[in-house]
Amino acid sequence: MAEMRKLYGQALVELGSINKNIVVLDADLSASTKTSMFKEAFPDRHFNAGIAESNLMGMAAGLAVSGKTVFASTFAVFGTLRPYEIIRNLICHNNLNVKIVCTHAGVTVGEDGSTHQSIEDIAIMRALPNMKVFVPADAAQAYEIIKAQANVPAPAYIRLTRSGCADVYKEGYKYNNIGAETLNEGKDISIFACGLMVDKALKAAQILAGKNISAEVININRIKPIDENAIIKSVNKTNLALTVEEHSIIGGLASAVAEAVVKHSPVRMGFIGIEDTFGTSGKSDELLKYFHLTETDIAHRAISMLKGN
Amino acid sequence: MQILKDTAKIIRKDIINMIFKAQSGHPGGSLSSVEIMTLLYFEVMNIDPKNPNMDNRDKFILSKGHCAPLLYAVLARAGFFDITELDTLRKLGSRLQGHPDMHTLPGIEISTGSLGQGISASVGIALAQKLDKKDSYTYVLCGDGELDEGIAWEAFMAAAHYKINNLIVFVDNNGFQIDGQTCNVMELGDLHKKFEAFGFNAIYVDDGHDFDKLRNAVVSAKKSADKPSCIICKTIKGKGVSFMENNASWHGKAPSEEQTKQAILELEA
Repeated sequence: MAEMRKLYGQALVELGSINKNIVVLDADLSASTKTSMFKEAFPDRHFNAGIAESNLMGMAAGLAVSGKTVFASTFAVFGTLRPYEIIRNLICHNNLNVKIVCTHAGVTVGEDGSTHQSIEDIAIMRALPNMKVFVPADAAQAYEIIKAQANVPAPAYIRLTRSGCADVYKEGYKYNNIGAETLNEGKDISIFACGLMVDKALKAAQILAGKNISAEVININRIKPIDENAIIKSVNKTNLALTVEEHSIIGGLASAVAEAVVKHSPVRMGFIGIEDTFGTSGKSDELLKYFHLTETDIAHRAISMLKGN
Repeated sequence: MQILKDTAKIIRKDIINMIFKAQSGHPGGSLSSVEIMTLLYFEVMNIDPKNPNMDNRDKFILSKGHCAPLLYAVLARAGFFDITELDTLRKLGSRLQGHPDMHTLPGIEISTGSLGQGISASVGIALAQKLDKKDSYTYVLCGDGELDEGIAWEAFMAAAHYKINNLIVFVDNNGFQIDGQTCNVMELGDLHKKFEAFGFNAIYVDDGHDFDKLRNAVVSAKKSADKPSCIICKTIKGKGVSFMENNASWHGKAPSEEQTKQAILELEA
Protein backbone atom coordinates (compact mmCIF):
# COMPACT_ATOMS: atom_id res chain seq x y z
CA MET A 1 0.00 0.00 0.00
CA ALA A 2 2.61 2.53 -1.08
CA GLU A 3 1.81 6.10 -2.08
CA MET A 4 2.51 7.00 -5.69
CA ARG A 5 3.50 10.54 -4.84
CA LYS A 6 6.11 9.46 -2.27
CA LEU A 7 7.73 7.28 -4.91
CA TYR A 8 7.53 10.27 -7.27
CA GLY A 9 9.50 12.38 -4.79
CA GLN A 10 12.01 9.57 -4.36
CA ALA A 11 12.39 9.14 -8.12
CA LEU A 12 12.98 12.90 -8.52
CA VAL A 13 15.74 12.90 -5.91
CA GLU A 14 17.43 9.94 -7.59
CA LEU A 15 17.12 11.51 -11.03
CA GLY A 16 18.35 14.86 -9.74
CA SER A 17 21.52 13.38 -8.33
CA ILE A 18 22.55 11.77 -11.61
CA ASN A 19 21.26 14.45 -13.98
CA LYS A 20 22.11 18.07 -13.18
CA ASN A 21 19.82 19.19 -16.01
CA ILE A 22 16.68 18.19 -14.16
CA VAL A 23 14.63 21.03 -12.72
CA VAL A 24 11.37 20.73 -10.83
CA LEU A 25 8.53 23.23 -10.70
CA ASP A 26 5.52 23.31 -8.44
CA ALA A 27 2.59 25.63 -7.79
CA ASP A 28 2.43 25.96 -4.00
CA LEU A 29 1.61 22.30 -3.43
CA SER A 30 5.10 20.86 -3.11
CA ALA A 31 4.38 19.33 0.29
CA SER A 32 1.43 17.45 -1.21
CA THR A 33 2.91 16.52 -4.59
CA LYS A 34 6.18 15.54 -2.82
CA THR A 35 8.34 17.66 -5.08
CA SER A 36 9.39 19.08 -1.69
CA MET A 37 11.70 16.06 -1.43
CA PHE A 38 13.57 17.33 -4.50
CA LYS A 39 13.56 20.86 -3.12
CA GLU A 40 15.28 19.68 0.05
CA ALA A 41 17.95 17.86 -1.94
CA PHE A 42 18.45 20.44 -4.70
CA PRO A 43 17.06 23.83 -3.59
CA ASP A 44 18.67 25.66 -6.53
CA ARG A 45 16.80 23.53 -9.07
CA HIS A 46 13.32 23.72 -7.59
CA PHE A 47 11.12 26.64 -8.55
CA ASN A 48 7.81 27.48 -6.99
CA ALA A 49 5.49 29.34 -9.35
CA GLY A 50 3.16 30.22 -6.52
CA ILE A 51 -0.54 29.63 -7.05
CA ALA A 52 -0.19 30.34 -10.76
CA GLU A 53 -0.53 27.23 -12.89
CA SER A 54 -0.47 29.08 -16.22
CA ASN A 55 2.92 30.57 -15.46
CA LEU A 56 4.02 27.22 -14.03
CA MET A 57 3.63 25.73 -17.51
CA GLY A 58 5.05 28.77 -19.30
CA MET A 59 8.19 28.78 -17.15
CA ALA A 60 8.47 25.03 -17.64
CA ALA A 61 8.43 25.59 -21.41
CA GLY A 62 11.11 28.27 -21.20
CA LEU A 63 13.39 26.08 -19.10
CA ALA A 64 12.82 23.09 -21.38
CA VAL A 65 13.55 25.02 -24.57
CA SER A 66 16.82 26.03 -22.88
CA GLY A 67 17.82 22.38 -22.57
CA LYS A 68 16.45 21.44 -19.15
CA THR A 69 14.48 18.31 -18.34
CA VAL A 70 11.51 19.78 -16.53
CA PHE A 71 9.08 18.16 -14.12
CA ALA A 72 6.05 20.34 -13.37
CA SER A 73 3.63 19.30 -10.68
CA THR A 74 0.44 20.27 -8.94
CA PHE A 75 -2.97 18.67 -8.45
CA ALA A 76 -4.43 17.15 -11.63
CA VAL A 77 -7.42 19.47 -11.78
CA PHE A 78 -5.22 22.58 -11.65
CA GLY A 79 -2.32 21.23 -13.68
CA THR A 80 -4.35 20.22 -16.73
CA LEU A 81 -7.60 22.14 -16.96
CA ARG A 82 -6.48 25.62 -15.90
CA PRO A 83 -3.28 25.88 -18.01
CA TYR A 84 -4.55 23.72 -20.86
CA GLU A 85 -4.02 26.16 -23.68
CA ILE A 86 -0.52 26.99 -22.44
CA ILE A 87 0.31 23.28 -22.37
CA ARG A 88 -0.99 23.08 -25.92
CA ASN A 89 0.68 26.09 -27.47
CA LEU A 90 3.98 26.22 -25.60
CA ILE A 91 4.73 22.66 -24.51
CA CYS A 92 3.06 20.39 -27.06
CA HIS A 93 3.25 22.60 -30.13
CA ASN A 94 6.97 23.10 -29.49
CA ASN A 95 7.40 19.44 -28.45
CA LEU A 96 9.28 20.41 -25.31
CA ASN A 97 10.79 18.20 -22.64
CA VAL A 98 8.24 18.83 -19.89
CA LYS A 99 6.83 16.06 -17.73
CA ILE A 100 3.56 17.14 -16.22
CA VAL A 101 3.22 14.89 -13.19
CA CYS A 102 -0.07 15.57 -11.46
CA THR A 103 -1.15 14.08 -8.16
CA HIS A 104 -4.62 14.02 -6.54
CA ALA A 105 -6.34 12.84 -9.72
CA GLY A 106 -9.81 11.35 -9.75
CA VAL A 107 -12.57 11.26 -7.14
CA THR A 108 -10.37 9.57 -4.53
CA VAL A 109 -9.02 13.02 -3.65
CA GLY A 110 -11.90 12.59 -1.22
CA GLU A 111 -13.16 15.17 1.22
CA ASP A 112 -12.11 18.24 -0.81
CA GLY A 113 -14.97 17.42 -3.16
CA SER A 114 -15.89 18.13 -6.74
CA THR A 115 -13.82 21.27 -7.43
CA HIS A 116 -10.66 19.30 -6.63
CA GLN A 117 -11.59 16.02 -8.30
CA SER A 118 -10.17 15.79 -11.78
CA ILE A 119 -12.28 13.52 -13.97
CA GLU A 120 -11.54 15.01 -17.40
CA ASP A 121 -7.74 15.20 -17.42
CA ILE A 122 -7.05 12.00 -19.37
CA ALA A 123 -9.53 13.07 -22.05
CA ILE A 124 -8.09 16.51 -22.61
CA MET A 125 -4.42 15.60 -22.34
CA ARG A 126 -4.95 12.73 -24.77
CA ALA A 127 -6.27 15.15 -27.39
CA LEU A 128 -3.00 17.09 -27.60
CA PRO A 129 -0.56 16.28 -30.43
CA ASN A 130 2.91 15.23 -29.13
CA MET A 131 1.55 14.47 -25.64
CA LYS A 132 1.94 11.00 -24.14
CA VAL A 133 -0.41 10.01 -21.34
CA PHE A 134 0.44 7.57 -18.55
CA VAL A 135 -1.81 6.33 -15.75
CA PRO A 136 0.25 4.03 -13.49
CA ALA A 137 -1.55 1.28 -11.60
CA ASP A 138 0.47 1.49 -8.40
CA ALA A 139 3.43 3.20 -6.77
CA ALA A 140 6.02 0.80 -8.19
CA GLN A 141 4.77 1.37 -11.70
CA ALA A 142 4.61 5.14 -11.18
CA TYR A 143 8.23 5.11 -10.07
CA GLU A 144 9.31 3.10 -13.10
CA ILE A 145 7.38 5.21 -15.62
CA ILE A 146 8.69 8.47 -14.16
CA LYS A 147 12.28 7.29 -14.29
CA ALA A 148 11.89 6.03 -17.84
CA GLN A 149 10.21 9.21 -19.08
CA ALA A 150 13.03 11.35 -17.67
CA ASN A 151 15.14 10.01 -20.54
CA VAL A 152 12.62 10.81 -23.28
CA PRO A 153 13.01 14.42 -24.48
CA ALA A 154 9.32 15.10 -25.17
CA PRO A 155 6.13 16.06 -23.34
CA ALA A 156 4.35 13.56 -21.11
CA TYR A 157 1.45 13.64 -18.69
CA ILE A 158 1.66 11.24 -15.76
CA ARG A 159 -1.45 10.90 -13.61
CA LEU A 160 -1.03 9.98 -9.93
CA THR A 161 -3.47 9.59 -7.06
CA ARG A 162 -3.54 11.17 -3.64
CA SER A 163 -4.37 8.13 -1.59
CA GLY A 164 -2.28 5.05 -1.11
CA CYS A 165 -3.24 2.36 -3.57
CA ALA A 166 -2.96 -1.40 -3.40
CA ASP A 167 0.23 -2.86 -4.78
CA VAL A 168 -0.38 -4.48 -8.15
CA TYR A 169 3.26 -5.24 -8.86
CA LYS A 170 5.83 -7.08 -6.79
CA GLU A 171 9.05 -5.54 -5.54
CA GLY A 172 11.67 -5.38 -8.25
CA TYR A 173 9.07 -4.72 -10.99
CA LYS A 174 10.55 -3.38 -14.23
CA TYR A 175 8.42 -1.39 -16.66
CA ASN A 176 10.06 -2.33 -19.99
CA ASN A 177 7.92 0.21 -21.85
CA ILE A 178 4.92 -2.08 -22.29
CA GLY A 179 1.87 0.19 -22.39
CA ALA A 180 -0.69 -2.62 -22.06
CA GLU A 181 0.17 -5.40 -19.63
CA THR A 182 -1.94 -8.55 -19.42
CA LEU A 183 -2.09 -9.29 -15.71
CA ASN A 184 -4.67 -12.06 -15.82
CA GLU A 185 -5.37 -14.21 -18.85
CA GLY A 186 -8.97 -15.06 -19.67
CA LYS A 187 -11.28 -15.98 -22.53
CA ASP A 188 -14.80 -14.75 -21.68
CA ILE A 189 -14.37 -10.97 -21.34
CA SER A 190 -11.54 -8.44 -21.66
CA ILE A 191 -11.36 -5.94 -18.82
CA PHE A 192 -9.20 -2.92 -19.62
CA ALA A 193 -8.36 -0.83 -16.58
CA CYS A 194 -6.02 1.99 -15.59
CA GLY A 195 -4.77 3.58 -12.40
CA LEU A 196 -6.06 2.30 -9.10
CA MET A 197 -8.91 0.52 -10.92
CA VAL A 198 -6.43 -2.11 -12.11
CA ASP A 199 -6.37 -3.61 -8.62
CA LYS A 200 -10.19 -3.57 -8.53
CA ALA A 201 -10.33 -5.27 -11.92
CA LEU A 202 -7.98 -8.02 -10.75
CA LYS A 203 -10.17 -8.57 -7.67
CA ALA A 204 -13.24 -8.64 -9.90
CA ALA A 205 -11.56 -11.33 -12.00
CA GLN A 206 -11.20 -13.42 -8.84
CA ILE A 207 -14.91 -13.01 -8.06
CA LEU A 208 -15.75 -13.96 -11.64
CA ALA A 209 -13.43 -16.98 -11.51
CA GLY A 210 -15.54 -18.23 -8.58
CA LYS A 211 -18.49 -18.18 -10.96
CA ASN A 212 -16.58 -19.99 -13.70
CA ILE A 213 -16.12 -16.84 -15.73
CA SER A 214 -12.68 -16.32 -17.16
CA ALA A 215 -11.85 -12.61 -17.31
CA GLU A 216 -8.77 -11.20 -18.97
CA VAL A 217 -7.40 -8.13 -17.16
CA ILE A 218 -5.19 -5.73 -19.01
CA ASN A 219 -3.52 -2.74 -17.39
CA ILE A 220 -3.54 0.12 -19.90
CA ASN A 221 -0.87 2.16 -18.13
CA ARG A 222 -0.17 4.18 -21.28
CA ILE A 223 -3.36 5.68 -22.65
CA LYS A 224 -1.52 7.43 -25.46
CA PRO A 225 -0.07 6.14 -27.64
CA ILE A 226 -2.30 3.19 -26.85
CA ASP A 227 -1.19 -0.36 -27.62
CA GLU A 228 -3.82 -1.25 -30.23
CA ASN A 229 -2.34 -4.67 -30.91
CA ALA A 230 -2.68 -5.81 -27.32
CA ILE A 231 -6.31 -4.64 -27.24
CA ILE A 232 -7.23 -6.29 -30.53
CA LYS A 233 -5.48 -9.53 -29.60
CA SER A 234 -7.53 -9.72 -26.41
CA VAL A 235 -10.95 -8.83 -27.86
CA ASN A 236 -10.42 -11.23 -30.76
CA LYS A 237 -10.21 -13.92 -28.12
CA THR A 238 -13.03 -12.81 -25.77
CA ASN A 239 -15.39 -10.94 -28.12
CA LEU A 240 -16.46 -8.70 -25.22
CA ALA A 241 -14.79 -5.64 -23.70
CA LEU A 242 -15.23 -3.64 -20.51
CA THR A 243 -13.21 -0.52 -19.61
CA VAL A 244 -12.76 0.61 -16.01
CA GLU A 245 -11.37 3.99 -14.96
CA GLU A 246 -11.55 6.54 -12.17
CA HIS A 247 -12.37 9.23 -14.73
CA SER A 248 -15.26 10.33 -16.88
CA ILE A 249 -16.38 7.70 -19.35
CA ILE A 250 -16.25 10.50 -21.92
CA GLY A 251 -12.91 10.84 -23.67
CA GLY A 252 -10.61 8.85 -21.40
CA LEU A 253 -9.72 5.16 -21.30
CA ALA A 254 -13.20 4.19 -22.52
CA SER A 255 -12.85 6.26 -25.66
CA ALA A 256 -9.22 5.31 -26.29
CA VAL A 257 -10.00 1.59 -26.13
CA ALA A 258 -13.22 2.00 -28.09
CA GLU A 259 -11.39 3.83 -30.88
CA ALA A 260 -8.96 0.93 -31.24
CA VAL A 261 -11.70 -1.72 -31.04
CA VAL A 262 -14.08 0.00 -33.48
CA LYS A 263 -11.29 0.65 -35.94
CA HIS A 264 -9.91 -2.89 -36.07
CA SER A 265 -12.24 -5.44 -34.53
CA PRO A 266 -15.66 -4.21 -33.35
CA VAL A 267 -17.07 -6.08 -30.37
CA ARG A 268 -19.70 -5.15 -27.79
CA MET A 269 -18.30 -2.86 -25.09
CA GLY A 270 -19.20 -1.64 -21.63
CA PHE A 271 -17.78 1.36 -19.80
CA ILE A 272 -17.30 1.82 -16.06
CA GLY A 273 -16.28 5.28 -14.85
CA ILE A 274 -17.79 8.58 -13.80
CA GLU A 275 -21.07 8.96 -15.70
CA ASP A 276 -20.98 12.56 -16.97
CA THR A 277 -21.33 14.09 -13.54
CA PHE A 278 -19.18 15.89 -10.98
CA GLY A 279 -17.67 14.34 -7.87
CA THR A 280 -18.63 15.01 -4.29
CA SER A 281 -17.11 15.05 -0.79
CA GLY A 282 -16.50 11.86 1.14
CA LYS A 283 -13.81 9.38 2.05
CA SER A 284 -12.08 7.83 -0.92
CA ASP A 285 -13.43 4.33 -0.24
CA GLU A 286 -16.95 5.70 0.20
CA LEU A 287 -16.64 7.58 -3.07
CA LEU A 288 -15.53 4.50 -4.99
CA LYS A 289 -18.69 2.76 -3.74
CA TYR A 290 -20.85 5.80 -4.43
CA PHE A 291 -19.66 5.96 -8.04
CA HIS A 292 -19.87 2.17 -8.50
CA LEU A 293 -16.15 1.74 -8.91
CA THR A 294 -15.63 -1.37 -6.79
CA GLU A 295 -14.63 -4.93 -7.69
CA THR A 296 -18.23 -6.00 -7.04
CA ASP A 297 -19.52 -3.40 -9.47
CA ILE A 298 -17.07 -4.57 -12.11
CA ALA A 299 -17.97 -8.23 -11.59
CA HIS A 300 -21.71 -7.49 -11.75
CA ARG A 301 -21.31 -5.54 -14.95
CA ALA A 302 -19.24 -8.31 -16.52
CA ILE A 303 -21.88 -10.91 -15.64
CA SER A 304 -24.62 -8.68 -16.97
CA MET A 305 -22.75 -8.17 -20.24
CA LEU A 306 -22.14 -11.90 -20.60
CA LYS A 307 -25.90 -12.39 -20.27
CA GLY A 308 -26.29 -10.14 -23.26
CA ASN A 309 -27.35 -6.99 -21.41
CA MET B 1 22.84 56.03 -36.28
CA GLN B 2 21.96 56.70 -39.90
CA ILE B 3 22.49 52.99 -40.58
CA LEU B 4 19.89 52.09 -37.96
CA LYS B 5 17.44 54.58 -39.46
CA ASP B 6 18.04 53.26 -42.97
CA THR B 7 17.61 49.68 -41.76
CA ALA B 8 14.35 50.59 -40.04
CA LYS B 9 13.10 52.12 -43.29
CA ILE B 10 13.96 48.96 -45.26
CA ILE B 11 12.24 46.79 -42.65
CA ARG B 12 9.08 48.91 -42.75
CA LYS B 13 8.92 48.47 -46.54
CA ASP B 14 9.50 44.72 -46.13
CA ILE B 15 6.57 44.53 -43.70
CA ILE B 16 4.20 46.30 -46.10
CA ASN B 17 5.31 44.25 -49.10
CA MET B 18 5.09 40.94 -47.24
CA ILE B 19 1.60 41.60 -45.91
CA PHE B 20 0.43 42.83 -49.30
CA LYS B 21 1.72 39.67 -51.00
CA ALA B 22 0.20 37.43 -48.34
CA GLN B 23 -3.02 39.49 -48.35
CA SER B 24 -3.19 38.84 -44.61
CA GLY B 25 -1.14 39.69 -41.53
CA HIS B 26 -0.70 42.39 -38.90
CA PRO B 27 0.83 45.68 -40.09
CA GLY B 28 -0.11 48.03 -37.20
CA GLY B 29 1.82 46.44 -34.35
CA SER B 30 4.65 45.36 -36.65
CA LEU B 31 5.27 48.97 -37.68
CA SER B 32 5.14 50.29 -34.11
CA SER B 33 7.96 48.02 -32.89
CA VAL B 34 10.41 48.51 -35.78
CA GLU B 35 12.91 50.71 -33.92
CA ILE B 36 12.87 48.49 -30.82
CA MET B 37 13.72 45.38 -32.80
CA THR B 38 16.14 47.10 -35.16
CA LEU B 39 18.16 48.39 -32.20
CA LEU B 40 18.19 44.96 -30.57
CA TYR B 41 19.24 42.97 -33.65
CA PHE B 42 21.59 45.48 -35.27
CA GLU B 43 23.31 46.88 -32.20
CA VAL B 44 22.47 45.46 -28.79
CA MET B 45 22.21 41.70 -28.89
CA ASN B 46 25.08 39.22 -28.89
CA ILE B 47 23.94 36.98 -31.75
CA ASP B 48 25.44 35.29 -34.80
CA PRO B 49 23.03 34.87 -37.74
CA LYS B 50 25.34 32.21 -39.19
CA ASN B 51 25.26 30.31 -35.90
CA PRO B 52 21.76 30.92 -34.58
CA ASN B 53 22.20 28.42 -31.72
CA MET B 54 25.46 29.99 -30.48
CA ASP B 55 25.94 28.94 -26.89
CA ASN B 56 26.19 32.23 -25.03
CA ARG B 57 23.81 34.20 -27.24
CA ASP B 58 21.28 36.73 -26.09
CA LYS B 59 17.75 35.54 -26.69
CA PHE B 60 14.79 37.41 -28.11
CA ILE B 61 11.18 36.29 -27.77
CA LEU B 62 8.39 37.96 -29.72
CA SER B 63 5.56 37.49 -27.26
CA LYS B 64 3.23 39.47 -29.52
CA GLY B 65 3.69 36.75 -32.10
CA HIS B 66 1.22 38.25 -34.56
CA CYS B 67 3.93 40.80 -35.39
CA ALA B 68 5.81 37.98 -37.12
CA PRO B 69 6.26 40.02 -40.35
CA LEU B 70 8.50 42.41 -38.39
CA LEU B 71 10.47 39.55 -36.84
CA TYR B 72 10.92 37.84 -40.22
CA ALA B 73 12.05 41.05 -41.91
CA VAL B 74 14.55 41.72 -39.11
CA LEU B 75 15.89 38.15 -39.16
CA ALA B 76 16.24 38.17 -42.95
CA ARG B 77 17.93 41.57 -43.04
CA ALA B 78 20.25 40.44 -40.22
CA GLY B 79 21.22 37.40 -42.31
CA PHE B 80 19.42 34.49 -40.65
CA PHE B 81 17.90 33.48 -44.00
CA ASP B 82 17.55 34.82 -47.53
CA ILE B 83 15.38 37.90 -47.99
CA THR B 84 13.63 36.35 -51.01
CA GLU B 85 11.90 33.98 -48.59
CA LEU B 86 9.97 36.94 -47.14
CA ASP B 87 7.62 36.63 -50.14
CA THR B 88 6.38 33.28 -48.81
CA LEU B 89 4.78 34.73 -45.66
CA ARG B 90 1.66 32.78 -44.60
CA LYS B 91 1.71 30.59 -47.72
CA LEU B 92 1.20 26.83 -47.59
CA GLY B 93 4.52 25.10 -46.96
CA SER B 94 6.32 28.31 -45.96
CA ARG B 95 8.75 28.48 -43.04
CA LEU B 96 7.24 31.91 -42.39
CA GLN B 97 4.14 30.78 -40.55
CA GLY B 98 1.41 33.23 -39.55
CA HIS B 99 2.93 33.18 -36.09
CA PRO B 100 6.61 32.33 -35.45
CA ASP B 101 7.46 28.62 -35.35
CA MET B 102 10.76 27.59 -33.72
CA HIS B 103 10.85 24.31 -35.60
CA THR B 104 10.69 25.80 -39.08
CA LEU B 105 12.86 28.90 -39.04
CA PRO B 106 16.33 29.66 -37.60
CA GLY B 107 16.46 32.45 -35.04
CA ILE B 108 13.11 31.72 -33.41
CA GLU B 109 13.80 30.86 -29.75
CA ILE B 110 10.28 29.59 -29.05
CA SER B 111 7.03 29.56 -30.99
CA THR B 112 4.61 32.23 -29.87
CA GLY B 113 1.27 33.58 -30.94
CA SER B 114 -1.04 32.99 -28.03
CA LEU B 115 -0.70 36.24 -26.14
CA GLY B 116 0.97 36.41 -22.75
CA GLN B 117 2.67 33.06 -23.11
CA GLY B 118 5.93 34.36 -24.57
CA ILE B 119 6.40 36.46 -21.45
CA SER B 120 5.95 33.41 -19.25
CA ALA B 121 8.34 31.32 -21.35
CA SER B 122 10.87 34.16 -21.24
CA VAL B 123 10.96 33.93 -17.47
CA GLY B 124 11.91 30.25 -17.81
CA ILE B 125 14.51 31.08 -20.48
CA ALA B 126 16.08 33.82 -18.33
CA LEU B 127 16.05 31.48 -15.32
CA ALA B 128 17.90 28.85 -17.36
CA GLN B 129 20.54 31.44 -18.31
CA LYS B 130 21.04 32.14 -14.60
CA LEU B 131 21.15 28.43 -13.74
CA ASP B 132 23.77 27.86 -16.42
CA LYS B 133 25.71 30.92 -15.21
CA LYS B 134 25.58 32.49 -18.67
CA ASP B 135 26.51 36.10 -19.15
CA SER B 136 23.60 36.77 -21.50
CA TYR B 137 20.24 38.47 -21.64
CA THR B 138 16.68 37.51 -22.50
CA TYR B 139 14.70 40.19 -24.32
CA VAL B 140 10.95 39.86 -24.71
CA LEU B 141 8.68 42.16 -26.68
CA CYS B 142 5.03 42.33 -25.75
CA GLY B 143 2.14 44.53 -26.75
CA ASP B 144 0.18 46.70 -24.35
CA GLY B 145 -3.10 44.99 -25.22
CA GLU B 146 -1.34 41.72 -24.48
CA LEU B 147 -1.02 42.84 -20.86
CA ASP B 148 -4.75 42.10 -20.45
CA GLU B 149 -3.66 38.47 -20.12
CA GLY B 150 -3.39 37.26 -16.52
CA ILE B 151 -0.41 35.03 -17.27
CA ALA B 152 1.65 38.13 -18.06
CA TRP B 153 1.32 39.34 -14.48
CA GLU B 154 1.91 35.89 -13.04
CA ALA B 155 5.13 35.84 -15.04
CA PHE B 156 6.16 39.36 -14.00
CA MET B 157 5.69 38.43 -10.35
CA ALA B 158 7.87 35.35 -10.80
CA ALA B 159 10.55 37.34 -12.65
CA ALA B 160 10.85 39.76 -9.74
CA HIS B 161 10.68 36.96 -7.16
CA TYR B 162 13.56 35.11 -8.78
CA LYS B 163 15.52 38.35 -9.28
CA ILE B 164 16.27 37.64 -12.94
CA ASN B 165 17.94 40.94 -13.80
CA ASN B 166 18.94 39.40 -17.14
CA LEU B 167 15.31 39.70 -18.31
CA ILE B 168 14.45 42.87 -20.19
CA VAL B 169 10.79 43.30 -21.16
CA PHE B 170 9.83 45.78 -23.88
CA VAL B 171 6.23 46.95 -23.90
CA ASP B 172 5.14 48.35 -27.26
CA ASN B 173 2.76 50.90 -25.76
CA ASN B 174 0.95 51.94 -28.94
CA GLY B 175 -2.37 52.31 -27.14
CA PHE B 176 -4.43 50.16 -29.50
CA GLN B 177 -5.75 46.61 -29.66
CA ILE B 178 -8.11 44.90 -32.08
CA ASP B 179 -11.35 46.31 -30.72
CA GLY B 180 -10.03 49.86 -30.32
CA GLN B 181 -8.01 51.95 -27.92
CA THR B 182 -6.63 50.06 -24.93
CA CYS B 183 -8.17 52.65 -22.60
CA ASN B 184 -11.62 51.81 -23.99
CA VAL B 185 -11.25 48.05 -24.31
CA MET B 186 -9.48 47.44 -20.99
CA GLU B 187 -7.87 50.25 -19.05
CA LEU B 188 -4.26 49.39 -18.24
CA GLY B 189 -3.81 52.17 -15.72
CA ASP B 190 -0.38 53.54 -14.94
CA LEU B 191 1.90 50.89 -16.46
CA HIS B 192 5.05 52.46 -15.04
CA LYS B 193 3.71 52.34 -11.49
CA LYS B 194 2.29 48.88 -12.07
CA PHE B 195 5.65 47.47 -13.13
CA GLU B 196 7.38 49.17 -10.22
CA ALA B 197 4.81 47.67 -7.86
CA PHE B 198 5.49 44.28 -9.41
CA GLY B 199 9.16 44.60 -8.47
CA PHE B 200 10.57 45.74 -11.80
CA ASN B 201 13.21 48.26 -12.73
CA ALA B 202 10.68 50.21 -14.80
CA ILE B 203 11.84 52.62 -17.46
CA TYR B 204 9.60 54.87 -19.56
CA VAL B 205 10.61 55.91 -23.07
CA ASP B 206 8.39 58.73 -24.33
CA ASP B 207 9.30 58.06 -27.97
CA GLY B 208 9.78 54.41 -28.86
CA HIS B 209 10.88 55.40 -32.36
CA ASP B 210 13.94 57.32 -31.12
CA PHE B 211 17.05 55.13 -31.20
CA ASP B 212 18.99 57.28 -28.72
CA LYS B 213 16.23 57.11 -26.15
CA LEU B 214 15.80 53.36 -26.63
CA ARG B 215 19.55 52.81 -26.36
CA ASN B 216 19.75 54.80 -23.11
CA ALA B 217 16.92 52.71 -21.71
CA VAL B 218 18.74 49.46 -22.53
CA VAL B 219 21.94 50.75 -20.93
CA SER B 220 19.98 51.64 -17.83
CA ALA B 221 18.19 48.26 -17.82
CA LYS B 222 21.49 46.40 -17.94
CA LYS B 223 22.61 48.20 -14.78
CA SER B 224 19.79 46.68 -12.73
CA ALA B 225 21.40 44.77 -9.89
CA ASP B 226 18.70 42.37 -8.82
CA LYS B 227 15.47 43.32 -10.58
CA PRO B 228 14.16 42.42 -14.01
CA SER B 229 13.70 45.48 -16.19
CA CYS B 230 10.76 46.72 -18.19
CA ILE B 231 11.09 49.36 -20.88
CA ILE B 232 7.70 50.87 -21.62
CA CYS B 233 7.92 52.47 -25.05
CA LYS B 234 5.33 55.00 -26.16
CA THR B 235 4.89 54.22 -29.82
CA ILE B 236 2.55 54.94 -32.71
CA LYS B 237 0.60 52.01 -34.08
CA GLY B 238 1.13 51.82 -37.85
CA LYS B 239 4.12 54.20 -37.59
CA GLY B 240 5.37 55.51 -40.93
CA VAL B 241 2.24 54.96 -43.02
CA SER B 242 -0.12 57.91 -42.61
CA PHE B 243 -3.39 56.08 -43.12
CA MET B 244 -2.39 53.26 -40.79
CA GLU B 245 -1.19 55.42 -37.92
CA ASN B 246 -3.29 55.30 -34.75
CA ASN B 247 -6.01 53.37 -36.53
CA ALA B 248 -7.12 50.15 -34.88
CA SER B 249 -8.60 48.83 -38.13
CA TRP B 250 -5.03 48.27 -39.39
CA HIS B 251 -4.25 45.86 -36.57
CA GLY B 252 -4.70 42.81 -38.74
CA LYS B 253 -5.55 43.85 -42.28
CA ALA B 254 -3.64 43.68 -45.56
CA PRO B 255 -3.35 46.78 -47.78
CA SER B 256 -4.66 46.80 -51.36
CA GLU B 257 -2.30 47.34 -54.30
CA GLU B 258 -3.10 51.05 -54.34
CA GLN B 259 -2.60 51.38 -50.58
CA THR B 260 0.67 49.46 -50.80
CA LYS B 261 1.98 51.83 -53.47
CA GLN B 262 1.08 54.84 -51.35
CA ALA B 263 2.61 53.29 -48.21
CA ILE B 264 5.89 52.56 -49.98
CA LEU B 265 5.96 56.10 -51.42
CA GLU B 266 5.51 57.55 -47.94
CA LEU B 267 8.18 55.29 -46.47
CA GLU B 268 10.65 56.25 -49.18
CA ALA B 269 10.04 59.96 -48.76
